[in-house]
Amino acid sequence: MGIGKVDRKSTSVFKRGLAVGFPIMLGYIPIAITYGVLAKQSGLSLLELTFMSVFVFAGASQFMGANMIALGAGAVEIIIATFVLNFRHFVMSLSFMNRMRPVALKWKLPLSMGLTDETFAVSSLHPEEAKEEKGYLFYGALTLVAYISWVVGSFLGGVLGEVIPEALSQSMGVALYAMFIGLLVPSVKKEFRVGLIAIIAMLINVICLQFMSSGWAIVAGTVLGGFSGVFLLKGEKE
Amino acid sequence: MILLIIIGMSIVTMLPRIIPAFIVDKLQFKDWVNRWLNAIPYAALGALIFPGVLSVIPDKPYIGLVGGIVAIILAYSGLNIIFVVIGSIVSVFLLSTL
Repeated sequence: MGIGKVDRKSTSVFKRGLAVGFPIMLGYIPIAITYGVLAKQSGLSLLELTFMSVFVFAGASQFMGANMIALGAGAVEIIIATFVLNFRHFVMSLSFMNRMRPVALKWKLPLSMGLTDETFAVSSLHPEEAKEEKGYLFYGALTLVAYISWVVGSFLGGVLGEVIPEALSQSMGVALYAMFIGLLVPSVKKEFRVGLIAIIAMLINVICLQFMSSGWAIVAGTVLGGFSGVFLLKGEKE
Repeated sequence: MILLIIIGMSIVTMLPRIIPAFIVDKLQFKDWVNRWLNAIPYAALGALIFPGVLSVIPDKPYIGLVGGIVAIILAYSGLNIIFVVIGSIVSVFLLSTL
């Protein structure tokens, strides 16, 4: 009896994670296919471009990496550029892992490995599950949906080429932005100061873009914009 | 050679992601640091949305802007996020093909 109960609990938490991860899938598949097409054109083999998705799992830097490989850039150059572009994940992971304190390290570790802009955004706006028993299954499920969509999409792009007409794939490029907006707006409705933090971060990002790369500008917007939260957010009500 | 690049990219991507998993167990943060970290998701969303959304159709920034505004309206009216995403895609598709 007891075991059946635990399993049902796990399944329901896991299923909730899958459902919440679905919009990420919607956003990832067309972008992953586009990446697959581009990487193939850049001279990567099907195996290499799929491996990159399996081991790197970071959209923007994979696009950049494939591009730089096509341009004949050196390995060190590509790796440093990747580091710069993905450094924002350090800040995001720090924020996410701080939320995940109740979760054991053996779960935190794979969750942190699967952190992207999108899994971070979705996970962070569902903070309650972290305190729940088996809550890690929720975050695990949504991360898994994202990861599988990304890898399978890349592979499909490499195999099939441009299966999605360009006008449609271009339009689907708005999907992730729409998802970010769809995550942010309900929080702003509840607490307008959250919107203020986002707007401050946008402005800092725009200003920084004038004199630094987009990777660092997003880091600056996130870190400095986040500081406004020190004054705007109330302490944890626990 | 490409394999070497992939391994290198994998390491420099993974390290920033996993290091926080180890350090939060060792550290207790002051209240203001927690507030800063709790604000990070909203700041990150802001920085990720704008001005990136303008580059959806690179030579027509207004289309991305409209797609974003449609998403705001749909999300504000309380629709499920799936419909926010689909509505925004449809509006961008219509604007870019018409």
